[in-house]
Amino acid sequence: MPGFRPAIGLTLVYLALVVLIPLSALLLKSMQLSLDEYWAILSNHRVQASFRVSFGSALIAAAVAALFGFIIAWSLVRYTFPGKRLLDALIDLPFALPTAVAGIVLATIYEANGWVGKLVMDNFGIQIAYKPLGIVVALIFIGLPFVVRTIEPVLQELDTAMEEAAASLGATRLQAFIKVILPNILPAAITGFALAFARGVGEYGSVIFIAGNMPYISEIVPLLIITKLEQYEYAGATAIGMTMLILSFVLLLLINGLQWWVRRRSGQL
Amino acid sequence: MSISVSHISKNFGAFTALDDINLDIPEGELVALLGPSGCGKTTLLRIIAGLEQADQGDVFLKGDKVTDKPVKNRHIGFVFQHYALFRHMTVLDNVAFGLRVKPRKERPSEAGIVKKVHALLELVQLDWLNDRFPDQLSGGQRQRIALARALAVEPSVLLLDEPFGALDASVRKDLRFWLRNLHHELNVTSVFVTHDQEEAMEVANRVVVLNNGRIEQQGSPSDIYDHPANAFVSQFIGQTNVFDLDEQGTDWLEAAGLLTPHQEGKIAHVRPHDIVIQKSTADNDAFVTLKNWQHLGSLIRIELIKNGSSDSNAAVYAEMPNDQFKRLQLSKGDKVELRIRHAHWFH
Amino acid sequence: MNAISATPFIASKKLTLADPDWVRYALIGLTLGIMGMFLVLPLATVLIEAFAKGWSTYSASLTHPDALAAMRLTVLVAVITVPLTTVFGVSAAWAIARFEFRGKSLLITLIDLPFSVSPVIAGLIYVLIFGAQGWLGPWLSEHDIKIIFAVPGIILATLFVTFPFVARELIPLMQEIGHEEEEAALSLGASGWQTFFKVTLPNIKWALLTGVLLCNARAMGEFGAVSVVSGHIRGLTNTLPLHVEVSYNEYDFVGAFACASLLAALAIVTLVFKTILEWKRSQALKASRPAGE
Repeated sequence: MPGFRPAIGLTLVYLALVVLIPLSALLLKSMQLSLDEYWAILSNHRVQASFRVSFGSALIAAAVAALFGFIIAWSLVRYTFPGKRLLDALIDLPFALPTAVAGIVLATIYEANGWVGKLVMDNFGIQIAYKPLGIVVALIFIGLPFVVRTIEPVLQELDTAMEEAAASLGATRLQAFIKVILPNILPAAITGFALAFARGVGEYGSVIFIAGNMPYISEIVPLLIITKLEQYEYAGATAIGMTMLILSFVLLLLINGLQWWVRRRSGQL
Repeated sequence: MSISVSHISKNFGAFTALDDINLDIPEGELVALLGPSGCGKTTLLRIIAGLEQADQGDVFLKGDKVTDKPVKNRHIGFVFQHYALFRHMTVLDNVAFGLRVKPRKERPSEAGIVKKVHALLELVQLDWLNDRFPDQLSGGQRQRIALARALAVEPSVLLLDEPFGALDASVRKDLRFWLRNLHHELNVTSVFVTHDQEEAMEVANRVVVLNNGRIEQQGSPSDIYDHPANAFVSQFIGQTNVFDLDEQGTDWLEAAGLLTPHQEGKIAHVRPHDIVIQKSTADNDAFVTLKNWQHLGSLIRIELIKNGSSDSNAAVYAEMPNDQFKRLQLSKGDKVELRIRHAHWFH
Repeated sequence: MNAISATPFIASKKLTLADPDWVRYALIGLTLGIMGMFLVLPLATVLIEAFAKGWSTYSASLTHPDALAAMRLTVLVAVITVPLTTVFGVSAAWAIARFEFRGKSLLITLIDLPFSVSPVIAGLIYVLIFGAQGWLGPWLSEHDIKIIFAVPGIILATLFVTFPFVARELIPLMQEIGHEEEEAALSLGASGWQTFFKVTLPNIKWALLTGVLLCNARAMGEFGAVSVVSGHIRGLTNTLPLHVEVSYNEYDFVGAFACASLLAALAIVTLVFKTILEWKRSQALKASRPAGE
């Protein structure tokens, strides 16, 4: 087969120019910081609070998205109801909708005077927008398609004969679900959860409008990086950015390892 | 020599697919590369075609060294296992492809191309399908279109990878016969890969048996059947009973006439049709009992078991024509006398 | 067997697989509720807010010079970045799906990398290189070249975030299709380019278009990375999403939602085309499966 050299050459050059060299600039810049300087930046209370906010809300949002996503995927695959095809196409909206648009729209809906925000405020006395809860709502929106799109194909491919076998062996529907379906779906659900979490940690556009951005309370890490940059604190931005990057790499490795493990377990390797 | 392969080796990581292969194929032959899956036969075919690069060794086509030539310059015709028809093109466009991608100087006129394609489609008896798409054809039809497409560029050699592998048994029978006739008509040197020994014996006029990346034996089908070079070939080609003198005792085999003063090994391979049986006259002399039999068309396969043996795998198989078996008037459980007419000895 | 598991409609009709009615209605209800709250309501809100003060305010917002400038810049960024990402994606897919080489899985991981990097970091890295205090900052200002807080920076950041879009559509598909058709073309004497244009391209065209479509949506809609490098200069370095942000923060809600409605329309068009392309792909896939299999 011809064309290996030009194809791999172009690929590597472009990869280096667009991704690797810029990312290594961050690495080099952070290596100019001494360990003490690095630690001084990270041990700052506001910085630590922002990491707690980012990771905590991403974790909660990913868990909720995993549950919601499972319900949606199950309904879309197993049931028929009017408007199903339309909903199925709409699942990808958070992928396609610019995050700034998602941000202002969610803020409008979930603020205390918004359609949903008022409903929740009046009935439960809970404020969503401009609180950490607002961040979680935005991240659920962002994470939902990741979960649905990883569970959906697995559910479609799932051999329904296994459920019939379970039923023929005397299992109730609930038992069949817990003992047969869930173990088959779980790896995909975990992968979807991890993807939603990874995306949520770095998310910026859809969050900042609804978050309120109160330091120590609802300020996310990406926003803090931008704040540092705007104050020309390059060292601070670099240290925080580098830490984020390392954590994303670890997440990426975990996700890859997870997918490898899942494929191996299901006999595809 | 039309195709010549010298000292070809190929590894995939730690796996040795081909180990120092030497092979010469004269002009006009129809050769089968036969072997179990994973023996390297497809890799060898792809190296001849230039679809795969050997780690070592050279390939010659019509005497020219083509080792470093890319596939497009080797003037071979390759028929892929799953046909690899271009799914977005009609049958006619598929067959015309090789002609249409020729440089303008060598390319026939469009009218010439269409005329040639129709002639080829007539040769494979499928001209009436010329405007169909591949997904509208049956497996056998796809196979013949793939062949027509390969022939369109007038290749110097035709290479076929498991040409009948993906087909139904009945279609396969027809196509084997048809391929042999086509080869007779065109006389283009052809090599095909197969794991089916019956197919190799029936179609090819020369069979190359491969195993674990090495050539075990090559020769005409009858050579290979009648004079297997080693135990692998003997067992891979046709049915064989294996008698290991160390394990199975000698008294009953001696009685069957297997042991002679000048046998050349410890392990005897005996074809089922080389075993003759008859009803035992004196019960005491018989070592063997008739257990069961099956009809294989004109032949009967007889399952014999050594007396006192509890191992059901130790059955000995004999074969004889239907009417001959009827004349013996045997029934299950009868003691029979065994005579072995011919054996191949291996160490 | 396959036909059954692939058609959930039939599966759900089977007695043993039928969930109790109340479960079914509860789950469908939840699905509609969740999707209504998170997906349908936001879309509706964009339109309602955009037209809150009537058509004339809406159209005035869209024809405001700053809005028009933002639209032009957004289109310019897409026109430059999408072709580059596409060419890269095709060559990466060709190298990865057609050849075996060491470090391949590392390469695949690296291609996916920009997906897992926060968009803000994607902006940050370019500021560190080209910004006033960055590596090349002094040299650039000496030669009067502006990258950060200017259009080139926006394009670079967009190239980074759209990097994997085309490649990751093509790689799995080309691996699944396999080499055979291309090998057949080569064995019939076609050159590399002939093989690519006559055999490969027709087979991957729907996936390629999907990749281009999604790449375009991201290029036009990117906010975080662009926000870091743009400087938010009205009429000059504001893309449409940035213009939405600026308007919103200045309490020009109609202005923000008017431009947001354009971006939402882009998202809808993207989803519609994506659905069509997916359908085309499944048709093409069905056609490629032999009748007997």
